Amino acid sequence: MRRECIYTLKKQYRDDLNIYGYRFGHGDKAACIVGSIRGNEVQQLYICSQLVKSLKRLEEKGAIVGDNEILVIPSVNHSSMNISKRFWATDNTDINRMFPGYNAGETTQRIAAGLFEAIQGYQYGIQFPSFYLPGDFVPHVRMMETGFQNPGLADRFGMPYVVIRKPKPIDTTTLNYNWQIWNTNAFSLYTSATDRIDEDSARQAVASVLRFLTRMGILRYTSHSGYLASVIREEELFNMRTEVSGIYQRYVSPGEEIHRGQILASVIDPLEGEALARILSPVDGILFFAHSAPLVMEGTIIFKIIERLHE
Amino acid sequence: MIKEVVSVGLAVDERLRVKKNVLEPEGPDGSGKRICIVTGTHGDELEGQYVCYELNRIIQEHKECLKGRVEIYPALNPLGVDSISRGIPMFDLDMNRIFPGDENGAVAEHVASRIVDDIAGADLCIDIHASNIFLREIPQARVNVNTAQKLLPFARRLNLDFVWIHAAATVLESTLAHSLNSIGVPTVVVEMGVGMRITEEFCHQLTKGIFCVMKDMGIWNGDVTEPKTPIISQDGEVGFVNAEAPGIFVPCVEHWKNVQQGQLIGRILNSLDGRVEQEVRAPIHGMLFTLREYPVVSCGSLIARVLGGDFE
Repeated sequence: MRRECIYTLKKQYRDDLNIYGYRFGHGDKAACIVGSIRGNEVQQLYICSQLVKSLKRLEEKGAIVGDNEILVIPSVNHSSMNISKRFWATDNTDINRMFPGYNAGETTQRIAAGLFEAIQGYQYGIQFPSFYLPGDFVPHVRMMETGFQNPGLADRFGMPYVVIRKPKPIDTTTLNYNWQIWNTNAFSLYTSATDRIDEDSARQAVASVLRFLTRMGILRYTSHSGYLASVIREEELFNMRTEVSGIYQRYVSPGEEIHRGQILASVIDPLEGEALARILSPVDGILFFAHSAPLVMEGTIIFKIIERLHE
Repeated sequence: MIKEVVSVGLAVDERLRVKKNVLEPEGPDGSGKRICIVTGTHGDELEGQYVCYELNRIIQEHKECLKGRVEIYPALNPLGVDSISRGIPMFDLDMNRIFPGDENGAVAEHVASRIVDDIAGADLCIDIHASNIFLREIPQARVNVNTAQKLLPFARRLNLDFVWIHAAATVLESTLAHSLNSIGVPTVVVEMGVGMRITEEFCHQLTKGIFCVMKDMGIWNGDVTEPKTPIISQDGEVGFVNAEAPGIFVPCVEHWKNVQQGQLIGRILNSLDGRVEQEVRAPIHGMLFTLREYPVVSCGSLIARVLGGDFE
């Protein structure tokens, strides 16, 4: 394992931001793994730290195959993480909306450019991002439909689901999109948490990456075969929203099979405590995403359901 | 008449309400035309608030001059304006990157969709922005190169100093202006002043320009001033200056003044050890139309933009 600083941003009032990369093996740029880009992506940081630990031991045992190099960048934006900010602390911009970056541009464009330069040219790119809606997911692999995506490769992670997202204009500045445009097979891995650590899904994520690297001939590692993924298009997910606002009580968790008519959640009058609404499932399926905050606004998407799928 | 464009219930005893004031002629609608003035997409941009007030005041003092329909939307992001938040509180994405919205999407996308539906059919929309807290801008229109031909006749008459015709970018397809232009509502974006402040002089300047355009359209028949002739520029004529060191930026030139190539614009200072970290110099000869307002800078912070050329 070689640790190197791949990008430094000089700061006046705080320590410099140093972005570290951990390299394993030598030779062709086989796989690059990027962890936390936003300051609240603690689960993503944790997963990458565990990957670094695992890969270090595997490398010591000679488990990296042939001329392959793996680069892991656990944290990009600890300047924000250290002060509990999700986005860049100075101007609230999102580094993951700045790719491919611009090295003579604004601060977060420069960080994105510095990072992107270091992570280009890899055959496979794996990112642990977080979603723009707060809530809990079933662990899954997400790909942008750029015309370069390859869902068959995504299946090799052995995660239960692969989601294909049709990019909107705002997605064209994310790392995943730009990696694909610059000829890296890019995958985003979502686990069950962001700003807290969920051990089970973190372990699943580490195992998925090691499984993928093994199946792509980069690593020698014996693991469970994982899942044969169900491939879903994001627009086919059934969105459920609440028609009333108030205190939200959820009775089901992502991954559970749910049935038409089943009570999934209640919304309670925040001042008087009476139930304002019971949210019934209109369909049979698997719960894919669930809102997690204790309050809801009217119209909030509280569940996304994979219709007509059973455990 | 105050109307509600969209409203959404918040968790505890409150609704998010996007409102507009619809001002109609007392007599018959002579022009049949409709103009929408929108602002407050970014909650920290306040210059448009004063423009909206002035438009309301002047129209209501001279109702007899109104010959068409004026709709004033002062706060597309009312929670942001109230909470001094640039974005929509509790929502990750910049509101001006989610248009045309989605009736069935997340709450903010639903709100965006209703706003577009409400403005649809207007003969002109003016979307007033006020830079951000970091940069001061002269009154200017920003026009995408693909819509320049259609929008320049309006932008020239808005009494602005400058019209910047910029390149198209995929990510800008999710702005309100792009969405409205795509559905046939000519929409001019105005940028002026600085975030979290009101620059009265600029607000009066734009207000006069809006009345000029309204008169051109037959919506207003009161007296108006002859608008300024703006400088019109393409992207390639603009030089950018970014900080190459962190520290405190102290300018030594005035905003909207000529600078020579290599002229000192200001210095980035180190308050801990007294060093000058960087002497910031003009990249090209021209007019300084953007200047850093907020002193603390990081590597990369935008310091200035210079419009290349000779100007009076």
